[in-house]
Amino acid sequence: MKRNQDKARANRRLAVKLGIATVAMFGFGYALAPMYDLMCQAFGFNGKTGRTDAQTVAAATVDVSRTVTVEFTGLATTGLPWEFKPLTKKLAVHPGETHEVKYWVRNTTSETITGQAVPSVAPGLIAGHFKKIECFCFSQQTLKPGEVREMPVRFVVEPGIDPKIQTVTLSYTFFNTDKTQAARFGGEALAQSGHDHAHAAHAPGS
Amino acid sequence: MATAHHDEHHPSGIMRWLTTTNHKDIGTLYLVFAFTMALVGGLMSLVIRSELWQPGLQVTDPHFFNQMATVHALVMIFGFVMPAFTGLANWMVPMMIGAPDMALPRLNNWSFWILPFAATLLMLSLFMPGGGPSGGWTIYPPLSVQGGIGTDFALLSIHMLGMSSILGSINIIATILNMRAPGMTLMKMPMFCWGWLITAFLLIASMPVLAGAVTMLITDRHFGTHFFDAAGGGDPVLFQHVFWFFGHPEVYILVLPAFGVFSQIIPTFARKPLFGYVSMVYATATIAFLSFIVWAHHMYTVGMPMGGELFFMYATMLIAVPTGVKIFNWVSTMWRGSMTFETPMLWAIGGVFIFAIGGFSGLMLAITPADFQYHDTYFVVAHFHYVIIGGSVFALFGAVTYWLPKWTGHMYNETLGKWHFWLTMIGFNLTFFPQHFLGLAGMPRRIPDYALQFTEFNQWSTVGAFLTIGAQLIFFYYAIQSMKGGVKATDKVWEGSEGLEWTLPSPPPYHSFTVAPKVK
Repeated sequence: MKRNQDKARANRRLAVKLGIATVAMFGFGYALAPMYDLMCQAFGFNGKTGRTDAQTVAAATVDVSRTVTVEFTGLATTGLPWEFKPLTKKLAVHPGETHEVKYWVRNTTSETITGQAVPSVAPGLIAGHFKKIECFCFSQQTLKPGEVREMPVRFVVEPGIDPKIQTVTLSYTFFNTDKTQAARFGGEALAQSGHDHAHAAHAPGS
Repeated sequence: MATAHHDEHHPSGIMRWLTTTNHKDIGTLYLVFAFTMALVGGLMSLVIRSELWQPGLQVTDPHFFNQMATVHALVMIFGFVMPAFTGLANWMVPMMIGAPDMALPRLNNWSFWILPFAATLLMLSLFMPGGGPSGGWTIYPPLSVQGGIGTDFALLSIHMLGMSSILGSINIIATILNMRAPGMTLMKMPMFCWGWLITAFLLIASMPVLAGAVTMLITDRHFGTHFFDAAGGGDPVLFQHVFWFFGHPEVYILVLPAFGVFSQIIPTFARKPLFGYVSMVYATATIAFLSFIVWAHHMYTVGMPMGGELFFMYATMLIAVPTGVKIFNWVSTMWRGSMTFETPMLWAIGGVFIFAIGGFSGLMLAITPADFQYHDTYFVVAHFHYVIIGGSVFALFGAVTYWLPKWTGHMYNETLGKWHFWLTMIGFNLTFFPQHFLGLAGMPRRIPDYALQFTEFNQWSTVGAFLTIGAQLIFFYYAIQSMKGGVKATDKVWEGSEGLEWTLPSPPPYHSFTVAPKVK
């Protein structure tokens, strides 16, 4: 009988240990999210662009032997009834050179709306070599009814970029920052900054 | 067995099944549940195949077709194969290691009774406004973030199914590690128990990660998080990584118990001990380890860096080595044995054969540059049906026919058993072999319509599907027949059977070994 009790206790103890392992693996599943972000930032995967400042760029040498074509595109989501387009569609640049292009936006509604642009660079693997010095995506844009705005992007394609790459595409997706307003226009919204969880905090415009 | 009699006072009727903590009762419940779900999932596959009988849309609308493809997969994986193997483990593990019951009987009851509720939830999802989940069983965002309330039903159902299998695994590990008869060292344990011990660890390590991914989906849908929503700075590709971190071990969860079954059946009917027992154990463990570092071969096309593609390609190909060890061991076991071909042996040999074909098409898919062509085509569909049906389902039928006389005390009808096997074998190959060619020619999966030139192979496939599902009725007939009566089975049942379970009477007493047997 004593043996049976020992066995029952051993079973319970093992079950508890395995239960803890289960909870730990659940946590690991969650931990994969920040780990993935760190990986993407460290290696510049998945179109997450880099940010730099004017001094660093000025110090770098310009590689005039190469030309890279940069294409510009943009899209406002359904939750944000804005007209949004790049004023320059295409630009040939030398790696290391700083350039500025402008995007044009118009609020087509009779309401004041705040939007946030989320950038992405394709091909995703070289996104780390596409650095922005100034960008309208660094902050939220508030447009009064019918207001028109020209917004600058100052960028540099780093000389370290893969020699095989000849074309880089920069695209912006513009989101409404107000959930209820976006839903009214029949679309989705951006996470409120600082809302709920870390993902939202650093992603837009970085 | 005087003490056993004392324990046999249990409620009768429905209450017996609701409150039972007996490993055999629960094993039976699992198996009945699993084969019911197999029937449901099978009927869904017939909806899919009917629609694909010819190009154009005739039977269903595309949205319902997508729901069928999604729910068919969820039902077959989580509702059929996993519970069926857990049922086998419940029945056989205590009998094979000389234990009176499972280690945690109450937990055992719970882990089963979660299942019917989870299955109901999954079925109900199809009747919700907007329909059930339709973005594929892999529940990739953004579709799974956008779906209607049916998707929520399915997500909760996946949570419950996962919870059930985790509880089942905890129980199996505790049973195997703590309840073995004196003298039954780990390295003397039958391979089926080894297969399950390793599977149970895989489940505990991978299923909670899926639970994490599903929870993130749910909070993305309802609580304003943005793990996978690009609008909030999330990334849908993250989901694919987390999902396949679970998803690849999952395929070995489906197949390692099946390997254990093959390792029980083949020596019995070859009348030789298993060749290379120790290498079998290590090969199983190696497969389990490798399964955690190959996940991204499911997502070569997401735009990984070259180094990543190469790593996952080589790591994936590495799995062929321990798998090859196992297949050669089975062949060597049969080599110069005095083989007979009763139904379980047919399933085992057929299963190894079919699984090997699936393994080879898996190697083809592992090659990154080639995968860009095969990705999301019918070649993939053919591949995973070869491994899951050949590996898991053939092993399940083998296991059921192998142990059915032990469970019921009656032999099953051997003629019907053979008919069942051969019709399934022919129907299965007719269904899935042409799909290799369809995939190589570029027919995409999960689409209810296709280009005209694919018609003929698709019609073969549809005929094969109806034949395969129809043949399963034979199985239900002879399984029930054997429960009701027939030729008395001996304790040993098979001439070449070895192991503790065959020392018990057929059918075995309610509590298997109340006095622990001595193992030499």
